[in-house]
Amino acid sequence: MNNLDKFRAETKKWLDENCPPSMRSGADPSIPIDEVWGGRNAEYKNPESKLWLDRMGEKGWTMPTVPKEYGGGGLNKEEVKILNEEMFLIGARQPLLSFGIWMLAPVLLEYGNEEQKKEHIPKILKGEIRWCQGYSEPGSGSDLASLSTKAEDAGDHFLVNGQKVWTSYADKADWIFALVRTGAKEPKHDGISFVLIDMATKGVSTKPITLISGKSPFCETFFDNVEVPKENLIGELNAGWTIAKKLLQHERAFISNFGLAGATAAGGGSGRDIVSIAKKHLGEENGKIKNSFYRTEIASHKIKEHAFGLTLKRAADEGGKASATASMFKLYGTEHNKKRHELMVAASGVDGVAWDGDEFDQDDKNLTRAWLRTKGNSIEGGTSEVQLNVISKRVLNLPSQ
Amino acid sequence: MKLILTEEEQFLKDTAKNFAEERCPISHFRSLRDNNDPILWDKEIWEEMTKLGWPGILIPEEYGGSNFGITGISVILRECAKTLTPSPLYATGVLGAFSITNFGSSEQKQNYLPKIASGELTTALAIDESSHHNPANTEMTAKKDGKKFVLDGKKTFVIDGASADLLIVLARTSGNKGEMSGLTLFLINSNNPGIEKIKLDMADSRNYANINFNNVEVNTESILGDEETGGETAENILDIGRIALASEMLGNAEAAFEATLDYLKQRKQFGVLIGSFQALQHRAAEMFCELELTKSSVLAAMKAADEGSNELQRLSSLSKTIAGETLHLVSNEAVQMHGGIGVTDEYDIGFFLKRARVAEQIFGSSKFHTERYANISGF
Repeated sequence: MNNLDKFRAETKKWLDENCPPSMRSGADPSIPIDEVWGGRNAEYKNPESKLWLDRMGEKGWTMPTVPKEYGGGGLNKEEVKILNEEMFLIGARQPLLSFGIWMLAPVLLEYGNEEQKKEHIPKILKGEIRWCQGYSEPGSGSDLASLSTKAEDAGDHFLVNGQKVWTSYADKADWIFALVRTGAKEPKHDGISFVLIDMATKGVSTKPITLISGKSPFCETFFDNVEVPKENLIGELNAGWTIAKKLLQHERAFISNFGLAGATAAGGGSGRDIVSIAKKHLGEENGKIKNSFYRTEIASHKIKEHAFGLTLKRAADEGGKASATASMFKLYGTEHNKKRHELMVAASGVDGVAWDGDEFDQDDKNLTRAWLRTKGNSIEGGTSEVQLNVISKRVLNLPSQ
Repeated sequence: MKLILTEEEQFLKDTAKNFAEERCPISHFRSLRDNNDPILWDKEIWEEMTKLGWPGILIPEEYGGSNFGITGISVILRECAKTLTPSPLYATGVLGAFSITNFGSSEQKQNYLPKIASGELTTALAIDESSHHNPANTEMTAKKDGKKFVLDGKKTFVIDGASADLLIVLARTSGNKGEMSGLTLFLINSNNPGIEKIKLDMADSRNYANINFNNVEVNTESILGDEETGGETAENILDIGRIALASEMLGNAEAAFEATLDYLKQRKQFGVLIGSFQALQHRAAEMFCELELTKSSVLAAMKAADEGSNELQRLSSLSKTIAGETLHLVSNEAVQMHGGIGVTDEYDIGFFLKRARVAEQIFGSSKFHTERYANISGF
């Protein structure tokens, strides 16, 4: 038996012994499902959610490629593939949803100093600290680099004043990674720094924003004379824009996955299958969706989804040439996700626009909310129009006016 | 299945790129068209392709080929399509070579494969009988008469039908129109008595024919594969043909897009380059994305064909659909973004539009394959 076969056997055995029954496919549907984000104030309806997180966190398998010294699994690519396959086989749930894993940990690994990596990454991977992202400001959306939240040098600490907006789950997060202005306003990219701020610090406050979906996944976050220790600066002073862009690529790559059916991650909307929705609401004949107009539209959509999935795979096989493809994937993934939800809502008929009350199935009511949530996908993390600009200029080298 | 080209495949692609650019730029195709060439491809170019070993890419070494696979031949077609290079490579090197290599008897292989590999023999696949691709609708009859079959009927829109030496013909040996069962494939010399070829004049100025069969007699040794299960065999051949064609269409779309990008960077109006207008930039960026999706789909389909994947049929329909839609979009936008010169015959970009619409119809349009994709996927 070679090493990989041995690893597969051990992994299979470990998952078998450690993945709780309600965390696998075939779980009793009456057991509540938690969206596990971890953090200091996490609450669990199902204690097995916590157990599963703790066991996976202990192995470092919430982010298996991270070196063991930072609390990761220390696995190589082949081993990660095996782990994913074995988890897929038993239908194991992802133990943790985390902006820390998707966005912050990769840039800490690249730009953080040794102490910062040792301090923050293990807590991210164990789900002990829940992170949020402080990027956009009321006056700085697509033109992010014009941001004006100020961090003044006050000796051993920075004094931070300003406001962030669209901070996902800021009201539930323990820490925030934020872009602040530490230098001049012009040239705007040069005076930005990347800092980490404990949300429990005096002067930090949050206010939820209610979206058209009726939900409040985002907040406004205010900084009023907040003292931030200098060791919380990542990378060099005034060199935060490079880190910011790198993190955006990780964010865009993550949002791209929304374009694939079955993506259930936060903000991605409904993970429901469009074919089963169409069969439920429009009927089925010889295994086919009964209404040929909807069937055609759904088939066209499925084909695009398939091609998009193959393109993600090709990019991975090519070794992931980052920035330009990240823009394409962000654009395509989000536009595609919106289209899928439009189709699901349309195929559901009146049930697809149900809002509340006992007359409607919970699934249908959830779909309405999810559909509305997807409208934000092509705005957050850089609008579709910004992505088209990036592709035009950086990939196609089209001239500026 | 890794979605990247091997070194050998990349080498074939580079060779083809140089060949197409040096030996048959678009002016080559234009002169064939302008001179009303009877077969619309050039024998000298075909000989050069043969010297490069291209007709034998799908043929085993023992019959004089190189066995480089579907991916190998498809990347060559993609590069040749960038300059709209006409040749028998598709109908002979893909459809003919694949059919006989995979379904031929040992005698048929001995007879035909070395001649295909050496460029002596060209082939054509005759499936359709009406204006829309649909193999199940085959009505042409092949009646058994002792050790012979007698074929009667009409085949339409046969690629290279005006010039091919050997025809691969789908005919009904039992059952009714609309059924995929009861069909049989035959290999028939195109000079057999009773065969009448009528050359077609199509928008893309390539070699096509309608072919009438009047009491054409063939013996049982002419059957390709098995009697009565030719529908299944034909589907397999067609899937390979669709994938190779999708690759060719990708090449068409890439070239039309490149030409358009160049134009956006040269043409000035209102005192600035028109490529600086956001209205055009965003449409160009969208085309870029569609092309990337097409590359992945075609690559996945070619690899599936070479690896004998059970996803072959679905990926074949996927790639033909996506390639068709992308080429449709790009060929239209290319003409529009070229402005007035885009609709002149003097400028090459219109050739891509005309080729696009014909290729979209070959072996099933995007609509046909969208439906087929849904059927295969179980909805």
